[in-house]
Amino acid sequence: MSCESCISDWILLKKAFPILGVLTAILLAYAFYQALWVAPTEQTMGSVQRIFYYHVPSAIIGFMLFFINFGASIFYLIKRNPAADMVALVTAEVGVVFLTVNLVTGPIWARPVWGIWWTWDMRLTSTLVLWLIYVSYLFLRRFSSSGETPLLAAALAVLGALCVPFVYFSIWFFRTQHPQPVMGGGGSIDPRMLHVLLINWLAFSCFAFLVCWARYRLEQLQREVDAAYAMESLRDPRRST
Amino acid sequence: MSAPTGITRVTLLKDLRLEWRSKDAINSMLFFSLLVVIVFSFSFDPSAEESRQIAGGLVWVAFLFAAVVALNQTWAREIRNQVLDAYRVSPAPANSLFIAKVLGNFIFVSVLEALMTPLFIMFYRLRALGPAWQLALVAVLGTWALVVNGTFFAAMSLRTRSREIMLPLLLFPISIPALLAMVQATTAILGGEGARFWIMLLATYDLVFTTVCLLLFETVLNAE
Repeated sequence: MSCESCISDWILLKKAFPILGVLTAILLAYAFYQALWVAPTEQTMGSVQRIFYYHVPSAIIGFMLFFINFGASIFYLIKRNPAADMVALVTAEVGVVFLTVNLVTGPIWARPVWGIWWTWDMRLTSTLVLWLIYVSYLFLRRFSSSGETPLLAAALAVLGALCVPFVYFSIWFFRTQHPQPVMGGGGSIDPRMLHVLLINWLAFSCFAFLVCWARYRLEQLQREVDAAYAMESLRDPRRST
Repeated sequence: MSAPTGITRVTLLKDLRLEWRSKDAINSMLFFSLLVVIVFSFSFDPSAEESRQIAGGLVWVAFLFAAVVALNQTWAREIRNQVLDAYRVSPAPANSLFIAKVLGNFIFVSVLEALMTPLFIMFYRLRALGPAWQLALVAVLGTWALVVNGTFFAAMSLRTRSREIMLPLLLFPISIPALLAMVQATTAILGGEGARFWIMLLATYDLVFTTVCLLLFETVLNAE
């Protein structure tokens, strides 16, 4: 990286990051207010339905991030671009967090409404399997000791993404043979609820972007530090301990 | 005989000969799955009706865990004396090596299944009410699915710390669709139904994952 781009990068981070941070905070607060006070209370479920405004955005954002991860991994396999690898790492980490939120809020909602914490329904199971695959992806990145971790991780990401249609298809067949007393989110949604949902989705998307950006920058700095240490020990092997 | 198949054949024969002389993998796999059978039979009453419901899951869990034992040894033996490094610098195609390893593991796990199945039938009083020939098909396709992915991920986890733990962590999540298909197909056949859909799904899974593993293996082998 040239020094000019370093400086412009630094200015961008110094200026744009706090502005975006404040905007996101305001947006999140507004979305919180909307979800808890403005959105109409659902007739049969009552206030517990409001968890929907957190559950659905976190799922959408998690899937989006994994999709970006898949794209970045393929790009890395073809071009061997380090930035693509960092994007893949960051989106996988943040995606796992968002999907965890999704998987935790789901049962909290399901217990009072369905009467059960969990069911092996199509959507629930495929989300859980996707979560498992990406946790194993993070394990690989954590445990891999060679300098070629990005390559191995990218290969795993591709295999994991290929797995998703199989999971979806098999669970679909598995569960349609044995119907469960579970209703999906079918039917029409109140436009006011949709409005609140979209605001929450926007707020959390901004938040996810912000976190990804910070994490990306951190990873970038970490790699620069590692490279500097490596250079230092090459130059003077005695001082490196 | 062309060069790539020749390399596959030589590597496969070498692995089989090594295994024939040491019997490390097959013995540990056999003992392991025997333990699984016995421990499970303690935890519930293996009477005929109940066992028919869970036998599919039980059989495949035993084979999956046992297969991991063999898969972990696949590449470990090539690390000693830098055999893998020698292979990497040689002009031999990487996929020939991969196919040889997959075939070798396939043979080991198939032998294990052939030896363990009578024991399962005996202990759990199993009898297929459905078309039994489909069971053979499920066994072949299912074993292939486990072994292709397993060999690939074993090569991948070579470069990690604590690689013996890494392999199941990588292999199990990706294998969930295949496992579900194997278990469901086996349960359906034992319960007197056909399992056409699951066999088709397994075949597709095998096809897709074999292709992708072959495409990516060279990259993974050379990652150092």
